[in-house]
Amino acid sequence: MLRYTLKRALSLGLSLAVASLVIFFVIEVVPGDPASFMLGLNAQPDTIAALRSELGLDVSKLERYLAWVGGMLQGDFGTSYTYRTPVTEMIGDRIWVSLPLALYALTLSTLIAFPAGIYAASRRGKPGDMAVMGATQLGVAVPNFWFAMMLVLIFAINLRWFSAGGFAGWDKGVAAAMKSLTLPAISLALPQSAILARVMRSALLDVLGEDFMRTARAKGLTRRQALMRHGLRNAMIPVLTIIGMQFSFLLAGAIIIEQVFFLPGLGRLIFQSISARDLIVVESVVMLLVFLVILVTFLVDLAYAAIDPRLRSRT
Amino acid sequence: MSLLSVQNLSLSIGPVPILKNVTFSIAPGEIVAVTGESGSGKSMTALAAMQLLPDSACTSGHIMLRDEDLTAQSEKSLCAMRGNCIGMVFQEPMTALNPLHTIGQQVAETIHMHAVMPKAEAEAEAAAMLTRVGLPQDRFPLSRYPHELSGGQRQRVVIAMAIARRPRLLIADEPTTALDVTTQAKILDLLKDLVEEYDMGLLMITHDLAVVADMADRIVVMRKGEVVEQGDTKHLLANMQHPYTKALFEASGHQVDLPSANDSTPAILSVQNAVRDYALPRTQLFAPRAYHRAVKGVSFDLHHGERVGLVGESGCGKSTLTRAILGLEPLQDGKITAFNAPVGPDMPAASRIKTQVVFQDPYSSFNPRHRVARILTEPFHLVDTPPAGDALNQVISDVLTDVGLQPSDAQKYIHEFSGGQRQRIAIARAVITKPELIIFDEAVSALDVSIRAQILDLIAELSRRHNLAYLFISHDLSVVRSVTDRVLVMQNGEIVEQGETETVFNTPQHPYTQTLINAAPVLPDMAALTSQTETPNDSA
Repeated sequence: MLRYTLKRALSLGLSLAVASLVIFFVIEVVPGDPASFMLGLNAQPDTIAALRSELGLDVSKLERYLAWVGGMLQGDFGTSYTYRTPVTEMIGDRIWVSLPLALYALTLSTLIAFPAGIYAASRRGKPGDMAVMGATQLGVAVPNFWFAMMLVLIFAINLRWFSAGGFAGWDKGVAAAMKSLTLPAISLALPQSAILARVMRSALLDVLGEDFMRTARAKGLTRRQALMRHGLRNAMIPVLTIIGMQFSFLLAGAIIIEQVFFLPGLGRLIFQSISARDLIVVESVVMLLVFLVILVTFLVDLAYAAIDPRLRSRT
Repeated sequence: MSLLSVQNLSLSIGPVPILKNVTFSIAPGEIVAVTGESGSGKSMTALAAMQLLPDSACTSGHIMLRDEDLTAQSEKSLCAMRGNCIGMVFQEPMTALNPLHTIGQQVAETIHMHAVMPKAEAEAEAAAMLTRVGLPQDRFPLSRYPHELSGGQRQRVVIAMAIARRPRLLIADEPTTALDVTTQAKILDLLKDLVEEYDMGLLMITHDLAVVADMADRIVVMRKGEVVEQGDTKHLLANMQHPYTKALFEASGHQVDLPSANDSTPAILSVQNAVRDYALPRTQLFAPRAYHRAVKGVSFDLHHGERVGLVGESGCGKSTLTRAILGLEPLQDGKITAFNAPVGPDMPAASRIKTQVVFQDPYSSFNPRHRVARILTEPFHLVDTPPAGDALNQVISDVLTDVGLQPSDAQKYIHEFSGGQRQRIAIARAVITKPELIIFDEAVSALDVSIRAQILDLIAELSRRHNLAYLFISHDLSVVRSVTDRVLVMQNGEIVEQGETETVFNTPQHPYTQTLINAAPVLPDMAALTSQTETPNDSA
């Protein structure tokens, strides 16, 4: 297990190094000089040159790459071209919205999907299964921003249980902050849970057909006991894969939901930075997202090994 | 009073009748074998005794375990009986165990299900049970996972699970079909000992009549869901009444009428010092790669019109050698020549045409979306000027007739055929280009005995008609004995013995060959049995 973990950790480090190279150089080749963009069309060449040197754009690409990576390793993501504030601060404010939102949505999605998937699998072909599958069909088909608008309409405008948008901030207390994240989390979680429930159901159905499930029944386990003790853990591998992918999506893909609910999250930050050619912010946020996604993949790999002894012994 | 008594059991799934009025019984300490070909309902009988039938199954009749009718029990009391009063061992040990739980957990689970006791006590009992089935704790601790064990060892774990609560009845569904002969012999011995030791009844489901004759006190022969004949083993073997029983035993011991071998012809296939290595996965990042040598310097010749058998247990390298002979994989040392041309992955297509192959599984070795005609003519890709038009149709209908099918079958799809017919199509595909050498890779292993006998006859007939040479690879010694002139015995990547088939089988020299031949269950000599009990006018 230790060897497996070390190998996965090594692969994590390599992926990060490659990702940082790709992100840096791809963004560098994108046309549009931040300095001239900031100063507008009528700027004098020498003003632009001065700004370029101030922004650190006049040294070689390699030097800038090394400076960028070196800075990140020390927690310094540089200074935003447009806002002139440290990127670390900008990210710091927003990640405390995006990360809890993603985790919140993922928890909700799992809490909905697991029971639904298990229920549907255990009554395969019966009305209960069909009802759950019909509901998930809807969940997959309907876009999450529509859910978001419906939730706002019902719970914010009609019932007035929640505010229609904005983020209360963690300094107002955990309850208040979580409350303002609840509607966005639900609208993110519904489509995700529909997908996850379908994966859970089909993974379980695959496992239910396995010989060892029959062996379990022959030992005297009831259907439910066999499903819970032998079925569930074996069905977790495909389910974990999907959970990992969903977390990545929730982290960066919440842009529309952040817009609908006026949440100051990472998605909006990227969107604004790209419009403003604020390359240093884009690079840093993308790098951070890549880091989180690779970290999640790493954790999913470790979870695989925790579940499946065959992976552990293969080293 | 009998332990298990199945009375007038009928079963249907939807509109399809599966079992019809099945009646038999098992006494304590008795081994009853239910035998028959695929589709005879023998596995369903076992599942019915376990009451683990598919939801859609509809049953009538009674299954009495002592004085309790299993068909009338609630699911709750059935769960209390399964594993406790009735244990079951399954066919496929590779998949019958949960890969994520240790063997200790899985054996202890049977105990936990039916008895309240501290965890340590259940584990101690599981350990004792594993030791009893031949997995001592010093080599096979409870913490082992199924993937760390071989097939035979896993089957022992399955048996330990089934008997952990000392059930009165043990049901074994083809318990050794997936195992090698030497392992099979050990598992059968273990089952026999356990029956005696615990005075259990054993209901054994098997298609292998040699195993049946060797193990069972009584035999139940089934066909299409009906019991056609049953009785005491010795008596039944000597006085078979039903034509189906006779046909079944005849087919099992089927002797092929092989044309005599022609000697002193030139070698068409020559394998010299063939070595095949497989790279193992790296254990350390920069360590040199380790290799597994699957074939270790094998040499043999195969002559024109000669029929050679290759026997050995799983993992001995026979499949690897086959792939090398077909030129599908490169050799690391030595060389193979066929028809005076070197064989290897880069050999020209034209030189592949003289060697063709028939694989084991008739269900998965065809593209289901192609018609038979297209499947059959596939080898013509190897020819520069393939026949076309009427000539092609003629070739197709000839070859179909040759293998005992109709020319009109050419336009059908593969799902319209039975397993035996599919294997005929596979043979037709192999012979359509008139090759001189055919490799039969376990070509009859997946077939029922009666179908197997027919296919073996077909192979002999084709060999006679076209003067075919073949290499017949099989784990089944009796089949190899009947269809080959010469035999090679392979163990751990080496050929340990070779010679005339009859000589090798009658006077095996190498200890491994002796073990193999001793372990293989044999059908009793029917003629001797019949004459012993003196049944005159036993018309055939």
